[in-house]
Amino acid sequence: MDTYNQNMSKALHTDYIMPPASGSSHINVGKAERIASVVGGAVLTYLGMRKHGAGALAIAAAGGAMLYRGLTGYCPVNDAAGRDSAGHKDVSVEITRSLTILKPREEVYQFWRQLENLPKFMHHLNDVRQLGPKRSHWSAKVPKGIGTIEWEADIVQEEPNQVLAWRSVADSTVDNAGEVRFMDAVGGKGTVLQATISYRPPAGDVGGTIAHLLNPVFKQMVLNDLHRFKQLMEAGEVATVEGQPSGRS
Amino acid sequence: MKALCWNGVNDLRVERVPDPSILNPRDAIVRVVMSSVCGSDLHLLDGYVPSMKSGDIIGHEFIGEVVEVGAEVKKLKKGDRVVVGSIIGCGGCEFCQSDQWSLCDNSNPNPEITEKAYGYPTAGIFGYSHAFGGYAGSHAELIRIPFAELGAFKVPEGIPDESLVFVSDAFPTGYMAADMADIEPGDTVVVWGAGGVGQMAMQSAYLLGASRVIAIDRFEDRLEKARVNAKAETLNYEKVDVLEALKEMTGGRGPDRCIDAVGMEAHTTGVEEYYDKAKQALRLQTDRPAVLRQAIMACRKGGTVSIVGVYGGLIDKFPMGAAMNKALTFRMGQMFAQKYIPELLNVVSEGKVDPSYMLTHKWTLDQGPEGYKMFKEKSDNCMRVVFTP
Repeated sequence: MDTYNQNMSKALHTDYIMPPASGSSHINVGKAERIASVVGGAVLTYLGMRKHGAGALAIAAAGGAMLYRGLTGYCPVNDAAGRDSAGHKDVSVEITRSLTILKPREEVYQFWRQLENLPKFMHHLNDVRQLGPKRSHWSAKVPKGIGTIEWEADIVQEEPNQVLAWRSVADSTVDNAGEVRFMDAVGGKGTVLQATISYRPPAGDVGGTIAHLLNPVFKQMVLNDLHRFKQLMEAGEVATVEGQPSGRS
Repeated sequence: MKALCWNGVNDLRVERVPDPSILNPRDAIVRVVMSSVCGSDLHLLDGYVPSMKSGDIIGHEFIGEVVEVGAEVKKLKKGDRVVVGSIIGCGGCEFCQSDQWSLCDNSNPNPEITEKAYGYPTAGIFGYSHAFGGYAGSHAELIRIPFAELGAFKVPEGIPDESLVFVSDAFPTGYMAADMADIEPGDTVVVWGAGGVGQMAMQSAYLLGASRVIAIDRFEDRLEKARVNAKAETLNYEKVDVLEALKEMTGGRGPDRCIDAVGMEAHTTGVEEYYDKAKQALRLQTDRPAVLRQAIMACRKGGTVSIVGVYGGLIDKFPMGAAMNKALTFRMGQMFAQKYIPELLNVVSEGKVDPSYMLTHKWTLDQGPEGYKMFKEKSDNCMRVVFTP
């Protein structure tokens, strides 16, 4: 997590939305390091291979990051390794970004609050289902058709038309959290939305290094998600060229 | 269908590609009737616009007939004859709402490229690289039009195709140049570049009240058209010192409004030409700003410099001192197609301007690569090649 985002988080008093350390974050360091090395390497190779497609790259690599966490999250704590992750500081990947949407605040809030809408602009998600007033079930795609990963999340703060915050429940395969604030834009120019999204990679030095490497990729994925959200709200559809003809097809 | 694809620097090929289909509810599919080359395409051919991919269909200035519409399209129907603006706008964002369509927040599916390069993302443009959305262009038999109700305009009866095709891009771009110049009665307007956009800027300057228009180019056939069709006085920069000439022609005062209809691959004479070409070749600057420098130096104190020639990146030796101390106003931008096309359809319909004289060569799409070669080399007095797919 870079200093800027840390400061932003403090300024907005959003420190508390940091996902609770659970699941993959607390597995044995030795194991996590092994897996991190393998998968981190694969992700970096992928980065090299896909150098020319910035957008696709961001999504694929961030998906790869999730795969990495998904896989490591399922690993049982390995006492035999004789190492403890308590001595290491957990590092989250976090991004905060504001954007302005030329629509009334209620409309913007309602669309986001309907969590089933999220996959319409968060393209790494398969679907989100509301299980109860607070609890929801999320499933995400893993690139290259390897499969899906799933987790559950709770809404931890909800002030209609103002704030919506959620975080994954303890023992999730993916520790993640988000908070979105909704404000009237100055001069009646619609709604300012400020989103903070964070993911926690597995514990340990290598986990921290991977988080650092993936931060720009993750950041671009979130920015693209937010651009698509704005497109949906203002234009009613997500701009695309996927499926159009070219001399490549 | 058949399409003209970019495959690398100066490598265009006519290829067989799949037909386009409706991808979003506000899309329409148009059968292309005429599609023009544009000077800005030469920047793609020469490799100065990054993020082109092999196989991209180019072309952005066209007319056609609607063959299919998406579920949300109500105002267009199959069979409508339309002129389509080169810029894609969503209509819902702050910028479309204020008629600044090329600044659209939502029409570019790859916003991260221009967001990184320019600070904020800009609109999608047909056939103009992945930085501007990666949309398939119009040098094809069919084309998909996103936000079709906003970008495709039904054409009044009685305008021939040859007059209509340039209302898609060259005319609104030239008109916007003159509009941004804030022309007042009595003004002298200078237009650098007597190609399609320059010709339209000259005619638009008169429509907006200019008393005098001066055109600058090096091709005599283009200067001839500027004199005959656009009633401009002309200067050949290879034969005269432009700054001296403009000063003398304006009684030592300088022109009031200066329009750059050339952009990033400007040619000039002498040492400056070699300097800019060397720096561009070494990628120390991406754009050759000779026209812009000259416009700034030529412009009278307190005048306006209006830029519609396309720039992509960085320029060098920008005479900021002259601009600042003469209190110049700068206006610029990719054109706001949807803002200008309706009124320009009226202008053409009423016969006030007939852009058809710019169409020097009407060829089939199969002749695309040769057409661009001729257009680039300006051989056979070529001003615009228009393909009929």
